Formats: sequence, structure tokens, C-alpha cells
Amino acid sequence: MGELAAFIVLALVTLVPAVVVVTSSNIVRAALALVPTFLGVTGLYILLQAEFVAGIQVLIYAGAITVLILFVIMLTEGGTGVRVRQAHEQQPLGLLAAAVLAGLLLWVLGTTAWPRPDGALPQYTARHIGTTFLTSAVLVFEVTSLVLLVSLVGAIIIAKRER
Amino acid sequence: MTVQWPLEVARAAGLAVVVFTFLAVVAAMLGVLLERKISGWIQSRLGPKHVGPQGLLQTVADTIKLLQKEHITPRAADVVVFNTAPLIVAVAGLLDWIVIPFGPGLIVRDLNIGVLFFAAMASLTVIGILAGGFASNNKYALLGGLRSASQMISYELPMGMALIAVAMEAGTLSTVGIVEAQQGWLGAFAIRQFPAFVIFLVAATAEVNRVPFDLPEAESELVAGYFSEYTGMRFALFQLGEYAEMFAMAALATTLFLGGWKGPLLPPVVWFLVKMYAVVFFLMWMRWTYPRLRLDQLLNLSWKLLLPAGLLWILITGYRISF
Repeated sequence: MGELAAFIVLALVTLVPAVVVVTSSNIVRAALALVPTFLGVTGLYILLQAEFVAGIQVLIYAGAITVLILFVIMLTEGGTGVRVRQAHEQQPLGLLAAAVLAGLLLWVLGTTAWPRPDGALPQYTARHIGTTFLTSAVLVFEVTSLVLLVSLVGAIIIAKRER
Repeated sequence: MTVQWPLEVARAAGLAVVVFTFLAVVAAMLGVLLERKISGWIQSRLGPKHVGPQGLLQTVADTIKLLQKEHITPRAADVVVFNTAPLIVAVAGLLDWIVIPFGPGLIVRDLNIGVLFFAAMASLTVIGILAGGFASNNKYALLGGLRSASQMISYELPMGMALIAVAMEAGTLSTVGIVEAQQGWLGAFAIRQFPAFVIFLVAATAEVNRVPFDLPEAESELVAGYFSEYTGMRFALFQLGEYAEMFAMAALATTLFLGGWKGPLLPPVVWFLVKMYAVVFFLMWMRWTYPRLRLDQLLNLSWKLLLPAGLLWILITGYRISF
């Protein structure tokens, strides 16, 4: 009962600002509306007992990605003003894409057999994630860090060239 | 295990009121008073002197004054965002305190991701600052907001490095677990993790936008930065959020590096407060001792000195705890 109520509240917190993100006529407002959306998703993670992922979600998405988006908008010429307005010219196309994606997701969710493993959830998720990163998932972990390193070096090179 | 939902919600609301009152009184009011008294002392002045004995009630008077002031919303401002921004800053400052242990068992909730939670909540402040800077529709406010964003994003990284090193040595992310991992005077992480302590203090000072890192509100060039257009209680909320954040950083430094509530003779809560105010005093001392850095110096310090030092220290810590 309580879990269902929490889910409904969190789903609303996620979805209502998400509608604002795609319909707002001011781009900064749209970016700011991402914050409650990300926090709602964080709540869903906590409901699923994935505290570590929830913490990372706030730190990376709400705390860093949104700020990055805002930063980019505000550094763009003419993107900063409160009065800046933008039009939404592709609404039918966007609606179509959303409907197709939703149908696809529902179909996958409906046809997948969800295995239910026995036993309790791991108590300390951060430790398990760390152990997995350095044992069975070490290749994925290393490749990801390589990708990040390459983008870091790339950013520095681009910044240097502009000077 | 069944959770009593209404009870939990009521408990959360009650604790929010308690923490908010604690912050408003202990952090914001006493903090402002301490700031003025200490700055007066460092500059050979007396500081506030007239309201109450030795000027003790000065901040109370200021708070009442701010409560009575008119809310002014600039005509060209984005009203919704303008009014939400101070709330984001205040709530983010408030949420930091959930994982701060004041004594054994005296913690709102001992999360097993405690340190990560703190970093995540602290990172939300910047959104409020950016939103306030944007919504004011004022170039000084916007510049202040942008400076603050670049500064806080840059200093979150070295702070994260310091937190990672501490969590590695303690073997846990829980703040209670980290306090318990520090045994005796020499066991405090301020000694075993000295480089992390230094990195944390510098990054924390920058995170809370204090001198020598107060570029976001440099009054001589930006009026007051992101809160230039705010008046009355909304301005007070920004101030409250800022002081809550500063005291939260001091409390986290106490927890992570100074052994938290531990100490001989005195009760644990007293030890915690003594250590926390010592860190607060240190931050204020820094403020009135050093001049403001330039923006490029600020970013260089973070990216070229603190971040590599933090990474190197993580490597050393990893070597130490595994061999």
C-alpha cells in the first residue's frame, strides 16, 4: 500500500516535470525542470533498494549534467534571457516517436520472462558494485574508463586549438 | 519487515523541523554573529556591540528585520524560478545534515551511502544558485551564477577524491562507520589521511563560496552576485542555505577527519560541537586572512594541483591498505 503510494507520487514527480521539459517555451526552464525528473528517478531507485545508484544519480545527473546543460545554454549567445522564446514545430513527429517507443517498450516488457532469483538482496550494494567492477566486469569497467580518458584528452586538445 | 508509512512520514516531517530549527539558530544566527565578532577581532574592531549583552542579540534583530521586509520580484524576472531558487539552496543545505552523526545514535539516518549522499546533496546547491542568477534577469546575477557553477563543479571533483580516500581507508561509506574507524588521537584521519584533509578543506571552502574563493559574490565587481535581486526573507533563505552548507562542511570535516563525537571526559555531543566550531573558526580565520583569487588562479588550483594530488593520494592509499 505505502509502496504503491510512494511509486505513484514518484512517478508523478518524474513525469509532470518531464512534460514541462518538452513543452516549455523557455529553454532554461526546460533544463531546470530536468532536476525534479532526475530526483523522481532517484526516488524510484531508492524504492528498488539501490541506494548507491540513487546517490550516483543525484550526484551525476541532478548535480552535474543539469548544471552542464544550464552552463552551455547560458554561455550561448542569446540563450540566456528570461524573455527568450522558442517554438515547437515538430510536435506531431515527436508524438509519433514517443508512441512508437512506448509501444516497443510495452511489448518488450510484456513478452520478457522476468526471472526471480531466490534469497535476500545484498546488504551493502556499494561494496558489491565495487567487487563486481574489479572481478567479473573488469573489461567493461576498463573500457569505460578508457572512453572517459579519451574524451578528457579530446576536450583538452579542442580547448588548446581554439586559443 | 513492514514499515509504518504514516509514522515514518510524520517522523521525517518532525525531524525536518528539528534540523531546520537547529540550522536556523545554531548555524545561521550564531554563524553570522561569530563571523562578525571574529572579523572584528581579527581587524582590531569590536564588532556588533549594542543589541543585547555584548551584541549577542544582533542577529536576532537582523532576522526580525529581514522577516518584515517587502518581497520584491523584479518586473522582468522569471517569477516561478525566481521564487524557487532560494528554496533549492536552503533545502540542499538542510539535506546535508541527514547523515551527520552528532553522537552515538544521534543521527537522523545512518545511510550506508552516507558520504556519497552528502556529496550528492551538496552538489544540488549549485542548481539553486544558477536558477537564481538566471531568473533575476540581471547581468551581475547571471555572471555570479555562472562563476559559481564553474567553481563548484571544479571543486566537487577534488572533494570527491578526498572523500574516496577516506572511504577507502575506513572501508565504508557510512559516516558512523567512518567515525568508528578512527581510534585514538593518532587514529584520526586528519593524521592518517593528512593530504586528503588538506584537499577537503580547500575544496570545501571553495564549495561554500567563501573567501579566498568567493568569486560568485565578489561584491566589488558583481554587486552581490547571484542574489543581487533578492530581498527580505528570500535573501535570508540564501544566507541560511549558505551558512547551513558551511556548517555542514565543518561537520563533515569533523566526522571524517577529526574523529567525530569521540573524545575524553566531555559528553560526545559537546566534543562534536567543539570540533565543528573549531573548523568553522578555521574557515572564518581563512576568510579574513587571504585576499580573493582570480578566476584563472581558482580553476588552475583545482584542475592542475588539487585534482592530480587527490588522484595520487588515492593511489597511495590504495597501496597502503592493500599491502
